[in-house]
Amino acid sequence: MSKVIPLRRQKPNTDFEVRSLDAYDTEQPEKATWWSYGKYLIAGILFGIILVKSEVISWFRIQEMFRLQSFHMYGVIGSAIVTGIISVQIIKRFHIKTIDGERIELPQKRFHQGQVYGGLIFGFGWALTGACPGPIFAQIGSGAFVIIVTLISAIAGTWVYGLAREKLPH
Amino acid sequence: MIELLRRPWPWYIAGPLIGLMVPALLIMGNKTFGLSSSLRHICAICIPSKIPFFRYDWKKEAWNLFFAGGIIVGGFIAGTLLLNTQPVQVNPKLVSELFQYGVTDYHSLVPRQLFNWQMLFTMKGLILMIVGGFLVGFGTRYAGGCTSGHSIMGLSNLQVSSLIATVCFMAGGFIMANYILPYILTL
Repeated sequence: MSKVIPLRRQKPNTDFEVRSLDAYDTEQPEKATWWSYGKYLIAGILFGIILVKSEVISWFRIQEMFRLQSFHMYGVIGSAIVTGIISVQIIKRFHIKTIDGERIELPQKRFHQGQVYGGLIFGFGWALTGACPGPIFAQIGSGAFVIIVTLISAIAGTWVYGLAREKLPH
Repeated sequence: MIELLRRPWPWYIAGPLIGLMVPALLIMGNKTFGLSSSLRHICAICIPSKIPFFRYDWKKEAWNLFFAGGIIVGGFIAGTLLLNTQPVQVNPKLVSELFQYGVTDYHSLVPRQLFNWQMLFTMKGLILMIVGGFLVGFGTRYAGGCTSGHSIMGLSNLQVSSLIATVCFMAGGFIMANYILPYILTL
């Protein structure tokens, strides 16, 4: 049984990162324990360490990438994708379930123009700040506290998108 | 061992570990890897302002904020216990290019000479930190994902739309880094 929050939307949901808005929504566990969120905290800690130690959060490494001066970033992203593809194929092929025994559902991301316009806009921001949303958090944690300003600005950018959404081509 | 962990990790170690985040989150609880949505949840919590896009039960998405919070903690651990005291090793071509703009300190991953509190009050710092951050937040949400959500999660699931988004991320970055950023750095 899936429970969908009634929400009036003029446009189809093009954002599949909010799963509770999708038909894919799965039942939440009866009672949330420490572990139901703690596991994601631990995953985040590991991810944060990897991001910093591989230097992908470095503005310098991002500049090298966009100038084709180093293979490092391409190696990181490329091998991450290959590992991801193999993992997803294994999950699909062997019908692997979650630790709670649920079927694993992968949402399909449909194409819309926003991926082109938004993609270019994000690319500009990525080259300026040297950070995408994940690395912004890692940069702050690693001691670059001024990046809190960048984070607040990114939240403002997201908010303005939400405000202007109906007027933007999708 | 700790000495080895302190050195920068090579791509063939870091990349596969990042890739393993995809099955790890799926198996932990059917969660798709992605971080730009955490910004949307923060908007939904703090300033929903009757905007339909921010009106949903963010508590159901709280896992994403724990994941983001974990990254801050992970960044702290890597920046203290596992801190590499050596300067970042970059291509000499980049070093000579950045030298023209007065960037000479490679001791921190985020260049201290460009990203600091005083720089916020200059045109250069304002564009790099505030305008840059705004474009990251606006662009990722418009595109429906970021490097993790589209380039890693989406491509792992062989999504054509994620491939298009990734190509656009790279194109935007190339244009900015090679044709616009040099002017901004001279400000």
